[in-house]
Amino acid sequence: MKFVSELKEKISFTKAFFITMLLIYLLIAFFNFNKFIKIANFFSSIIFKILPVLVLIFILMFLVNYFVSPKLILKHFNKAGGLVGWIIMVLGGVLSSGPIYMWYPLLADLKKKGVKQGFIATFLYNRAIKVPLMPLFLIYFDFKMLLVLTFVMIVFSIIQGLIINYLEDEKVL
Amino acid sequence: MNKVKVKQSAVKAFKSIWNSSLLLLSIIMLIALFNSFIPKSFYSKIFTGNPLIDSIIGAVVGSVLAGNPITSYIIGGELLKQGISLIAIIAFIVAWVTVGLIQFPAESIILGKNFALIRNLTSFVFAIIVALLSVSIWMIL
Repeated sequence: MKFVSELKEKISFTKAFFITMLLIYLLIAFFNFNKFIKIANFFSSIIFKILPVLVLIFILMFLVNYFVSPKLILKHFNKAGGLVGWIIMVLGGVLSSGPIYMWYPLLADLKKKGVKQGFIATFLYNRAIKVPLMPLFLIYFDFKMLLVLTFVMIVFSIIQGLIINYLEDEKVL
Repeated sequence: MNKVKVKQSAVKAFKSIWNSSLLLLSIIMLIALFNSFIPKSFYSKIFTGNPLIDSIIGAVVGSVLAGNPITSYIIGGELLKQGISLIAIIAFIVAWVTVGLIQFPAESIILGKNFALIRNLTSFVFAIIVALLSVSIWMIL
């Protein structure tokens, strides 16, 4: 039992998932090689489709990492307010990169400084719009959908911000 | 250009892709398996063709699952090829990136429980509305 619990700790979910997939593929290859070839062909077709795009994603991520930082967004937000404040939060969310926990200190700092929580919600919603990942989106969906979805999401991020600001005014938050 | 910053930015970008690569690989392996073993008629049993119900199902699945948006695009794109409605796929992708059940505890502690709760609830509802609205506009344009 101790061995099992130690093993559980050592193998993360992702690794366990990957190993399970490998084992399933091995079993299929052993019992039905033709089926395995068919599956492997489909697998490789997806891989070859996304590999070149991953290079482009890397370049775009690098550029965003280089030019955008939590400090930069805070600096601009502090100077602004009103409509410009909303625009900065939308742009900040869209351009922010890296894991969300990296941005929590900035958001907590904004909250402490009395920034209304709706702005924070708008920032978080717009983190869903990832410019570096757009090339991958375009493999499966068209440019028109990309534009429409981005626009609708930005509008709803502001609606969410306004709702949260209203609830904050009503002391619900 | 600042050499240190260039290196830091490149490492961060590489790590971001590398950290999700194993999960991405596993998901693609799973998609290939599904493609081979699950007939397209199976999906039509889950997704009814009703835009509202399909978008709710998509949003629920997207809210429960988490990870890099890259993964959601690939899952969504491949499911679209299997004949699942675009509304369900868009609701799935939007919920995947806007609803954060896994980050909920951290978000509650840092930004407040009520804030995290209302933000995630509205994000879930918005995933459905955004999907319905986006696909409708997309079809009109």
